[in-house]
Amino acid sequence: MPDYSWPPMEKRRIVGKRTSRLDGPDKASGKAKYPSDLNPPGLLHAVMLTSPHAHARVKTVDIAAAKKFPGVTAIRVISGPGTEVQWAGTEIAIVAATSEAIARDAVALIKVDYEVLPHVVREDDLGKVGNRAKAAGEQVTGDPDAAFKEADAISENLYSIPVITHCCLEPHGQVIAMKGDKVDYWPSTQAVSTVGGDLAKYLEIPASNVHVQMDYMGGGFGGKFPADRWGVESAQLSKESGGRPVKMFLDRETELTIAGVRPSAFANIKIGAKKDGTIIAWQSQSWASGGFGGGGMPPLPYVFNKIPNYRLNHTAVSINAGSARAWRAPNNPQASFLTCSAIDDLAAKLNMDPLDMFLKNVGLTIRPDTYRLQLNKAAEMIEWKKNWRPRGQNKDGYMRRGLGIGISTWGGAGHASKARTTIHPDGSVEVELGSQDIGSGTRTVISMVAAETLGLPISMIKVKIGDNLYPVSGPSGGSTTVGGVSSSTRKAAVNALQKLYDIVGPILNAPPDRLEAVDGKIRMIGNPDKGMSWQQACQKLGVNTITEMGENDTKRTEGLNTGGASGIQMADVSVDIETGVVKMNKLVAVHDCGLVINPKTAESQVLGACIMSVCSALMEERVMDQQTGRVLNADMEFYKLAGIADIGDIVVHMDITPDNDKRGVIGLGEPPAVPGVAAIANAVANAIGVRVPSVPLIPSRVLAALNGRRNA
Amino acid sequence: MQNFEYANPKTIQEATALLGASWSDANLLAGGTDLISLMKEELATPKRVVSLKGIKDLGGIHKSGGGLRIGATVTFDELLENAAVRAEYPSLVEAAHGVSSPQIRNMGTVGGDLCQRPRCWYFRGGEGLLGMKNGKSLIPGGENRYHAIFGNGPAYFVSASSLAPALIALGAKFKLVSASGNREVAADKFFVAPQNETTREIVLAPNEILTEILIPSAKGVKNATYEVRHKEALDWPLATASVALTMKGNSVANARIVLGHVGPVPYSASAAEKWLAGKTITESVADEAGKAAVADAKPLSQNEYKVQLARVAVKRALLEAGGKKA
Repeated sequence: MPDYSWPPMEKRRIVGKRTSRLDGPDKASGKAKYPSDLNPPGLLHAVMLTSPHAHARVKTVDIAAAKKFPGVTAIRVISGPGTEVQWAGTEIAIVAATSEAIARDAVALIKVDYEVLPHVVREDDLGKVGNRAKAAGEQVTGDPDAAFKEADAISENLYSIPVITHCCLEPHGQVIAMKGDKVDYWPSTQAVSTVGGDLAKYLEIPASNVHVQMDYMGGGFGGKFPADRWGVESAQLSKESGGRPVKMFLDRETELTIAGVRPSAFANIKIGAKKDGTIIAWQSQSWASGGFGGGGMPPLPYVFNKIPNYRLNHTAVSINAGSARAWRAPNNPQASFLTCSAIDDLAAKLNMDPLDMFLKNVGLTIRPDTYRLQLNKAAEMIEWKKNWRPRGQNKDGYMRRGLGIGISTWGGAGHASKARTTIHPDGSVEVELGSQDIGSGTRTVISMVAAETLGLPISMIKVKIGDNLYPVSGPSGGSTTVGGVSSSTRKAAVNALQKLYDIVGPILNAPPDRLEAVDGKIRMIGNPDKGMSWQQACQKLGVNTITEMGENDTKRTEGLNTGGASGIQMADVSVDIETGVVKMNKLVAVHDCGLVINPKTAESQVLGACIMSVCSALMEERVMDQQTGRVLNADMEFYKLAGIADIGDIVVHMDITPDNDKRGVIGLGEPPAVPGVAAIANAVANAIGVRVPSVPLIPSRVLAALNGRRNA
Repeated sequence: MQNFEYANPKTIQEATALLGASWSDANLLAGGTDLISLMKEELATPKRVVSLKGIKDLGGIHKSGGGLRIGATVTFDELLENAAVRAEYPSLVEAAHGVSSPQIRNMGTVGGDLCQRPRCWYFRGGEGLLGMKNGKSLIPGGENRYHAIFGNGPAYFVSASSLAPALIALGAKFKLVSASGNREVAADKFFVAPQNETTREIVLAPNEILTEILIPSAKGVKNATYEVRHKEALDWPLATASVALTMKGNSVANARIVLGHVGPVPYSASAAEKWLAGKTITESVADEAGKAAVADAKPLSQNEYKVQLARVAVKRALLEAGGKKA
């Protein structure tokens, strides 16, 4: 069997080198066409009517007037009479027409009669949710009550982090054409190879009848795996309109209302330690909601999961609001914020530097050595020893400065992926995978791996992804893509190269297993003069091509990829104690992800994740109104996100070491989105001297905490 | 968005002839940064949209009397770049800088800033200007973190204008023109707190155009604006204060202190203005003035913090006007 292992670090020419993303210029110039940019001939536009009520029963839906409206080609009722609507924004009906304006006008003519039912749209006060709360069974390890008695210091507080949304720049949607039982489908998706099957299931046609194509997409963050109701209904509208393509993308308000959220998390946490900082006891009563489906418990206590004595209680709360979808490291940012806040408060009780407290307790984590190294590295980068002061003591007029720590863990092993490599007689090379580049640099990584393996420049590799006719490759979720596609590409390229060696070997009078592909040449190992150029070698194929497959088998990755990523982030903030406004000075991020194929795009992943954390820590929350049952800030005006001037200096350190490299490739999409909120919240507590227990840390909450109050 | 007729007049006279007696007859379009979104949400459904962009007389900034005449369609960017504005009216420059979106500064106009509709999320969500449901306002018992701390209802939204507090403090006048004549309105009389759903938050009638802003000379008048904002990027201020101080030696002879984003109209802090007369601006005087400025505040259930922010804004604006860095 061929040797698929990664070439040694010192021998790599391309892998491990900072490489600009290949599609950067096309994206920046607008040449790259996203699904929402596509306007095929004969295009129709679909618009949905959604429920204004958070909880209601549909009594009647009258589409007669809309149907007659000139320009309308088809109308479908999605939630017919009798349907119980569980959140505002629920899809009621959908109209296809020759223009978006006509479709909107027609939607306005649809008359729906509802029986309005009582709703609950807020979960922050557990006392007010009544029978919407569902408690899970208690989990106990050790003897927490006895341990709290032995503790020298105990900290107890109620922390909370609200529901946020994905805020994809390109909303959910697709262009779709259905003729008979065949479908051409251009979705904005994280799952090129599987979303067609999901669609086919609802359309009751064979999965093989759906052709999915997507070259680019404008962000998913975990929210874009399924075909969705609007995808299925748009296909039906197309079919009912004679197979004309139908375009349907959610408007911003609907995108922020029904296209998925990250669940909230609230937790009363009691934590105890010995005088030297050793944590010995934990108790948490948590609740969460991600919408009507309730909300599971974040993994508490986070990372420090070897605390010997703990008691966990959790309550899921069902509310009448749009449902949860995976959001970049599901439940981990919440768990990190809750756990690191509690540890930081406990350190303050002990008058201990929280850095020492984290270091003292790394033994309670699954990767003590890694976290110790990363804590020390991040501390060096943010000059912790020089800049840290006890809580509330770093003052300059009405400004207060502070530092804080957050922690992360993640899996990130590669998903199942198949790649096909073709070598043509003219020397050109194609690599095909039914994968997708969701903005993370996947296309670039595949090119780099193939080029490295074949001894060619990146420019000679043509990467073909974004089409479900290519070999099946997994969805981009769970930070699994880079491990999956790099391993399958590596194997396919090695397999193809073996075939080329088999042809070239006899001509060079060398055994095929003594050949290597370097710098555009096939040559004998140890005898570089004995060889020929890549082009000459490929010419020997005559009229044939070499086409070989490679597969990442998740059960046997052969050292090419693995899971288990750690990270530490530290924040440096300044707080204006007269206005409660928090300003980011710096956020440093130290992450390991095994063998880093492209340090440049890896850093970009971390930078993007850090910016999302600044948003979540300081600005971002979905505001629900109990009176109307609706989202009040389903827009980009009061759903606040950071701009360039708000994010401060972000410094990334990727832990690229021979030891980490040996582990193989590990995904990085999610772990850096975990620790930032915790780090920033702890930095604010350090700056102003008191804990602001609820994020985002908006001026009202900061001022309330300074005035000794919990709520604004 | 409902269909509408688009008119592109070349003169003020032509434009006024195109307006009607009701807001549903015709709306004025300048930069469009507010009107277009109102029309998309069908909060504005005019039969006719009258563009002001082709009317030369509505543009330009020039000296007039001892002061300045600013055309209503002057953009934020033009205002910020104007040497005369920069020399004498730092409070106006700071207020315009507060419009932190380059796109809005490029397109948005001075007149549009003064005439824009409130940003209250109940209003923008289709619940009406006063957010009344079954005869009761949704706001006192609802999500009111960004709402008014001054005024006793029924209007709880905050005036959205960035420039109004500075213009009021500087004693500006607005010229309104209709087919039947002209009138001049003092800046502080331009804004009104509506008492019912059918009245507006400004005195401009549907058949009138705000054509120009007249600001008296600010020679010897120390003026500044301080705004408290959550974000540096596109965002609305949480509270602002504009001050204009006529000095007599080192002490204040006459003070104007106007708060923005705290009530349905810009709030003139008259008690603080009177208290400040004869005082020299120091840290503690500025702080006391800030306290006096918010003495009558009546915060709602979620916005007590804005009282503190308004107080700090007054203090810092005074210190800045007084040449002491806040």
